[in-house]
Amino acid sequence: METLKDIQTEIVEEFEMFDDWMQKYEYLIDLGKELAPIEEQYKIEDNLIIGCQSRVWLHAEKQDGQIIYTADSDAIMTKGIIAILIRVLSGQKAADIIHADLSFIDTIGLKEQLSATRANGLVSMIKKMKLYALAYQN
Amino acid sequence: MLDINKIRAQFPILNLKVNGKELVYFDNGATTQKPQAVIDAEANYYANENANVHRGVHFLSGLATDKFEETRNTIQSFISAKHNHEIIFTKGTTDSINLVANGFRTLLNKGDEIIISEMEHHSNIVPWQMCCEQSGATLKVIPLLNNGGLDMNEFENLLSENTKLVAVTHISNALGTINDIETIIAKSHSFGAKVMIDGAQAASHITLDMQKLDADFYCFSAHKMFGPTGVGVLYGKEDSLNALPPYQGGGEMIKEVSFKKTTYACLPHKFEAGTPNIAGVIAFKAAIDFITNLGVETIARYEDELLQYATTEILKIEGVKIYGTAKNKSGIISFNIEGLHPYDIGMIVDKMGVAIRTGHHCTQPIMQKFNIPGTARISIAVYNTKAEVDVCINAIKKAKQMLS
Repeated sequence: METLKDIQTEIVEEFEMFDDWMQKYEYLIDLGKELAPIEEQYKIEDNLIIGCQSRVWLHAEKQDGQIIYTADSDAIMTKGIIAILIRVLSGQKAADIIHADLSFIDTIGLKEQLSATRANGLVSMIKKMKLYALAYQN
Repeated sequence: MLDINKIRAQFPILNLKVNGKELVYFDNGATTQKPQAVIDAEANYYANENANVHRGVHFLSGLATDKFEETRNTIQSFISAKHNHEIIFTKGTTDSINLVANGFRTLLNKGDEIIISEMEHHSNIVPWQMCCEQSGATLKVIPLLNNGGLDMNEFENLLSENTKLVAVTHISNALGTINDIETIIAKSHSFGAKVMIDGAQAASHITLDMQKLDADFYCFSAHKMFGPTGVGVLYGKEDSLNALPPYQGGGEMIKEVSFKKTTYACLPHKFEAGTPNIAGVIAFKAAIDFITNLGVETIARYEDELLQYATTEILKIEGVKIYGTAKNKSGIISFNIEGLHPYDIGMIVDKMGVAIRTGHHCTQPIMQKFNIPGTARISIAVYNTKAEVDVCINAIKKAKQMLS
């Protein structure tokens, strides 16, 4: 099992290969398209994240001591961002998720590249993922 | 003929580079950019004229008061109001609507009805919901037609002796529809109902003549017409304004205060409690002067030409659907591209220096009507050019290519 930190380092290295925003965005779009689908039964109002301008559904469950996240969005770039967060946090232990330092988002220029409202959405998304971990901690 | 280069030269922000690209600003429905004269007027007030208005006997207070009142007179003539005390300064259109709604809350009873429309901005929905909740009145809604116009037959069916107020927008911020408010006002008056028009999108695009229009209340914001933020106007007929109780209590709005009984000042001061946005109001005059120098109708003709051009060009992109295709339309194009989310489009064109708005535009009922999450919106101002339309269209094409 890769640690949360290892995965973040990998992602930072991947993003360092891009010269401009267009490549970065194209990569995000690809990640969005490849995101594993969420089960239809979890695409419900209760699982919508408040604070995202596009609709984002997030579901979490605990399997063998790890938190598994699935998610979806109607906007593809948002899906790309979710895909990155899931890659980092899904499959980790609740305690690690709760204490995860996610400053790699700034390093790869995601937060900065997104408009203020989008960045708020990103903040809400992370908060919700951590809240799930907190709920599943015991 | 307008000299667009000369107009553009008055707006310093248009020289800005965004993401290394020249700014192409098509979010004018949200707020317009400001000409140098407005920026200078605001700065000059703080540098040379700063004092509180209507209070002091000293030189500066007199100067600030004169300039403040000069804007009131300028607006009176800009909208052909009968009296200058029919012009109330507020924080903006939302504040103006809330002022009227707060007044009606105390005047309405159970069984009374307010009519709004399905195309209203949230700021012309929520205050009336609150007003109804607190007064027991009922809210009725004029439905939207598929082309983005209002169902005027249904409007007539909704009107009755119970109708006390009709509050509709002059121009839809999300669809661009110009409503036939002359008919709405006349029909409402025939039932004895008062009419409030939300003119936020209209004030710099349509010549306003309050005496001819005969609306009881008309609201607009300075910042959507090249003026500063935080300044708005509530126009009201003298009688209609006098019928409303004061909105906020405080200094300036009183005649006499004692612990036994306080009496209120006359119009317009009755509704202008506290120190107003003096700098903003003074600078607002420079914005009105900018508009009148060009001429509202000349501006509207030019914007319409750009609207026609942009509409033709955007429809050439496969999969584009425009929401709001009423015959009488202002410079707003609200659209989606089949299979794409408006946010994705907005994010990518932003990287190419193009500012458009994406989302529900604070008109969620419209989005519910069309069953869409939102739209991308191009909104035009007089400083925009055909070349900018081309840049915008190309950016949208690029976004489509990246996202498909």
